[in-house]
Amino acid sequence: MTENPRPERIDFNAPELQRKRRIRALKDRLTRWYVLVGGLAVLAAITLIFFYLAYVVAPLFQGAKLTRDDAQTPAWMQDSGKPMVLVIEEQNQVAMRVSDKGEALFFHLKDGGEISRVALPIPAGAQVTSVAQDQPGKPLIAVGLSNGQVLVFKHAYPISYPDSKKTITPTITYPYGETPLVLDEGGRALEHVNLNASDTTLILAGATGTQLHVLSLTQSENLMTGETNREQSRIDLPQLSAAVKAIYVDPRQQWLYVINGRALVDVFDLRDRTLNGRYKLLEDANAETTASAQLVGGISLVIGSSRGNIAQWFMARDVDGEMRLQHIRDFKMSGAPISQITAEQRRKGFIAMDTAGKLGVFHSTAHRTLLIDPIASGPAVMGLSPRADRIIVEDSGKLLPLSLDNPHPEISWSALWDKVWYENYDEPKYVWQSTASNSDFEPKLSLAPLTYGTLKAAFYAMLLAAPIAVAAAIYTAYFMAPRMRRKVKPIIELMEAMPTVILGFFAGLFLAPYLEGHLPGIFSLLIFTPIGILLAGFGWTRLPDSIRQRVPEGWESAILIPVILLIGWASLSMSPHLENWFFGGDMRSWINDRGILYDQRNALVVGIAMGFAVIPNIYSIAEDAVFSVPRGLTLGSLALGATPWQTLVRVVLLTASPGIFSALMIGMGRAVGETMIVLMATGNTPIMDMNLFEGMRTLAANVAVEMPESEVGGSHYRVLFLAALVLLMFTFVMNTLAELIRQRLRKQYSSL
Amino acid sequence: MKQTSLKRWFNSGGPGVWLSAGAVSIAVIMTIGLLAVIAVRGLGHFWPADVISAQYDVPGQENHVLVGELVQSEQVPRARLKAAGLPVPDQGPEFMTRDLFKVGNRDISPSDFNWVIGEWLKDQSKPAEVMTLERREWGNFYGYLVNVKEDGKVVAEGEAAWPQLQARIERVQGISDQLDDLEKGEIGAINHGIERLRLHARKLELNGELDAAAQADMATERAEYDARYKDVESRLGALHAEYNRDSLTARDANGKEIEISIGKVVHAYQPNAMGTMTKLGFYFQKLWEFLSDDPREANTEGGIFPAIFGTVMMTLIMAVIVTPFGVLAAVYLREYARQGVMTRLIRIAVNNLAGVPAIVYGVFGLGFFVYVLGGSLDQLFFPEALPAPTFGTPGLLWASLTLALLAVPVVIVATEEGLARIPLTLREGSLALGATKAETLWRIVLPMASPAMMTGLILAVARAAGEVAPLMLVGVVKMAPSLPLDGNYPYLHLDQKIMHLGFHIYDVGFQSPNVEAARPLVYATALLLVLVIALLNLSAVTIRNRLRDKYKAFED
Repeated sequence: MTENPRPERIDFNAPELQRKRRIRALKDRLTRWYVLVGGLAVLAAITLIFFYLAYVVAPLFQGAKLTRDDAQTPAWMQDSGKPMVLVIEEQNQVAMRVSDKGEALFFHLKDGGEISRVALPIPAGAQVTSVAQDQPGKPLIAVGLSNGQVLVFKHAYPISYPDSKKTITPTITYPYGETPLVLDEGGRALEHVNLNASDTTLILAGATGTQLHVLSLTQSENLMTGETNREQSRIDLPQLSAAVKAIYVDPRQQWLYVINGRALVDVFDLRDRTLNGRYKLLEDANAETTASAQLVGGISLVIGSSRGNIAQWFMARDVDGEMRLQHIRDFKMSGAPISQITAEQRRKGFIAMDTAGKLGVFHSTAHRTLLIDPIASGPAVMGLSPRADRIIVEDSGKLLPLSLDNPHPEISWSALWDKVWYENYDEPKYVWQSTASNSDFEPKLSLAPLTYGTLKAAFYAMLLAAPIAVAAAIYTAYFMAPRMRRKVKPIIELMEAMPTVILGFFAGLFLAPYLEGHLPGIFSLLIFTPIGILLAGFGWTRLPDSIRQRVPEGWESAILIPVILLIGWASLSMSPHLENWFFGGDMRSWINDRGILYDQRNALVVGIAMGFAVIPNIYSIAEDAVFSVPRGLTLGSLALGATPWQTLVRVVLLTASPGIFSALMIGMGRAVGETMIVLMATGNTPIMDMNLFEGMRTLAANVAVEMPESEVGGSHYRVLFLAALVLLMFTFVMNTLAELIRQRLRKQYSSL
Repeated sequence: MKQTSLKRWFNSGGPGVWLSAGAVSIAVIMTIGLLAVIAVRGLGHFWPADVISAQYDVPGQENHVLVGELVQSEQVPRARLKAAGLPVPDQGPEFMTRDLFKVGNRDISPSDFNWVIGEWLKDQSKPAEVMTLERREWGNFYGYLVNVKEDGKVVAEGEAAWPQLQARIERVQGISDQLDDLEKGEIGAINHGIERLRLHARKLELNGELDAAAQADMATERAEYDARYKDVESRLGALHAEYNRDSLTARDANGKEIEISIGKVVHAYQPNAMGTMTKLGFYFQKLWEFLSDDPREANTEGGIFPAIFGTVMMTLIMAVIVTPFGVLAAVYLREYARQGVMTRLIRIAVNNLAGVPAIVYGVFGLGFFVYVLGGSLDQLFFPEALPAPTFGTPGLLWASLTLALLAVPVVIVATEEGLARIPLTLREGSLALGATKAETLWRIVLPMASPAMMTGLILAVARAAGEVAPLMLVGVVKMAPSLPLDGNYPYLHLDQKIMHLGFHIYDVGFQSPNVEAARPLVYATALLLVLVIALLNLSAVTIRNRLRDKYKAFED
């Protein structure tokens, strides 16, 4: 008997092995942590997109913020009379105060310290009775005197660097001479004045009681001698029935607005010196107008009432095509009478103050009330800086400097999505026009036309893609022979992988001009392809069996390829003949003659190109849904005697319809977000029109075009981010819904 | 089978079957048709087309001679031509031919493309001695060679001029290459060095370390660069003189003679005299130039090498970023996370992100990567270059990162699918034998899932290579002055802007001043892009199919 050699025992608790085990366990833990942290980090990075976009967009919808600095009681206040006008210069360092003593005083905004004072050259014995500034942002000020004269001066703030320290030296000049101009030859006190200066003409308007005085001063320089010639002419206007409250001159020097009486405004046409009309500003019989101002650009008047309401008015054409002063929109302060309204110099915003000492910050076009905050104890005079970020208020012997943080007043829900009545427009409209054509331009950032364009493009794309993709998916999944399926699927996958820039370029450079020249052919193609397919199908059943049996079932598509090619060739080569017979040789001008605009790059081109891009997306998901219908269902139906077609329509499609629906949703999501095709295949005009022969501008294309040029952090930049966020949300919601539907469907299938 | 009646055919659902079959055919025809059109137009561009000479005799106008290539020909209704204001006679056939001729000679004639009426072309011929000059400026020249000059003196005329011309073009080509080397290589390096010196000085200044010693050091270095520059400059001057030595006189179709510096000529050939084999050789030469040369004339001529290079570079960097992170996320989701509602939601979200419009990623990339990340990087590491941004402006790195973000869902989904296919039994077997989870993952799971990762990566690359919209915001430009990879430290310039094939197509096709001239080039570029992407996709499909076959064994 031999003894079996015993295998050597392994001591698992040997120190070496223990150490090894510990290292392995450590590695395991490390890997776990690594994967955990890394994986979660990647997922977090992805979700960052949402948060970052929202973070950029959020400031658009925040209101304004007001910071109060310490009140100042500078020494000069004792002896410098009552304030008429407060002005802040561009750098927010120096402010100017014009007082009723005929003195312009410059002081530091920081501490109220006096810099210099200039006594205006007012004739002895005359007092200042009124002061008016030119349009917001213009440095001219008119001072109306008690002797019927007006003094016009200009304030400027040149910067110099003595001892390399930045110094602002405020100056006052008199572009129309130091001698005041006579406005009322009767020498009565001018209770109200206003002025407007263009390059050549100064218009001065004043009122003494119910009498208006308008003076036009044309200044021309002789090119040879360098002398300036001045020509004065008086514009006579009828006397009013009620006392004048305020006068405004339109910057194009056509309209003169005279606010008078309780709540009336008379509009005069300065060119033909007639009364355009008398308008009632307030419906409320117990209210009256208490303050008013022109917005930047001078087109709009904002008028405050004793009830604390503010209304915007401007001249626009009415239904009869006549220029009329129209009531545009209303704002509401707290209820106390409005005492002063000051317009911003760069935007269509304004600030207002009421007699209770409340300050309101508004934006006209966006129809936004950004802030209402009590700042003063009672009626006070205020001035707004050119960048609208500093406000200075003089309230019963104290100076209150305020900082205003109001970066995006021009954006509001209504400005983005509703019809907005812009200046120089005759009615409220949806407009996207983000870049300026002139300096007092106001960006018109309505997302409505872009969204409309997006949906229009998606609609036409789906019109082409949905039937083709779904039908093709059904056929591939249900009827097609497996061998052919293996050949067709890679082709569709290739179609899916096609870069959209290529589709876009093809659509823009090849398809668009081709379609333009072959319009009748394209439309006949739409009609003849289905007819041709049906004829071919029926014809096939009529062929002798010997031929038919050569092609196995499930290869109909292959048979149809030459048929469709033939139809295509025939329709397109027939196209010029059709054009000659029915459309007088040129279908494009035929369409134009019927009042339909025709762009070369239009929705038809986009529909075809984007349809091409969307077909494979819909196809692959729909095919999957149809293909994975449990075989038991189809076999059962067939066993009960239904034809394959009946089985398809009544059983398969019914079961797979949620899947097909989700395929369509995903296709829609893709069409909505597609950028390059639309960018290249349309003219990118933001219009709202379903016309098949016109283009559109979509959200995505708009972002691609304008993003590189927008100022970082500006309203336009943030609105573009908003457009991206809208796209993201839309596609995300669509895709999530589609995915949920599919998952439910899958569960149903697996239970069958 | 018996023949069926129409009614029975309808009742049996025949029309539906055929119509849906038709839809498949239409999709297939659309795809193949698109590819065919792009291929034909793109490849045709390089063929040295015959040059036609003809009398163009417009009724009621003086006739003139037209020499050029026929680009396109179409049948147009007579009425439409009449409406366009052409002196078309009232009588005649319903249609007339309208031809597009490329007549070139942009420097001496008003337009280089002419629409003409085919019926009015008389005496068409293809003279063997007509030559095509491909020039560096002003596009092609079509005409006849008169003589070749050296330093303004005629050296060859008539028959003898042609071989002289060819020899001299070859000589100029060599000089041109040397000039390129000098300008791009040497001068580029010198400029780069001087710029680095400036930044270095600024950095020292910011840190308060700019003392006399450092300044003296820099001054000597700068002097060195200046000396090197002087040297290069004199060599450049000599080469330029050589380069401009020769010229040729050519006569255009209507007898006008002009002198063209041979330095400006890239190729001179007489297409009508070339045989098919010569043409074929010329064709491939041109094709190679297209792939390997820099663009000329606002991108409308020459090659697209920088665009290819930029695309490849960006895609490579993207792939390097996207693979590890995508795989990590997939491994976490499939192997480590507890499978529940949360993972299901994450999975749906990841899946959906693949469907989010690309432009959204571009917006995010511009806002977050470029302005936030790049801006902070500049503050931290490149304060000396401010206010000129280094990374705070669109560039290669940000383009790659943005694309990586866009493509990471693709990798995650594909890898997860691969991981899900690996049978549980394999993992359990490994664990049962005592392996830790990490070891199982590393030795069993990941190797088996590697083809799936590969598929994901290829799909990601294909998607990234074809995407243009986000790149327009984060770092792709129409014309980049230099490649992002060169011999100057730090060799790979991640902050540089790049050119890109897809953007090149958009830019040349839609932003270029002479779209007609650029069109063939756009088709060729598109063809290249399609080929690359089709190849990538087909390989992904092949790998996926292999993978499926491989795991069939486990599943049974």
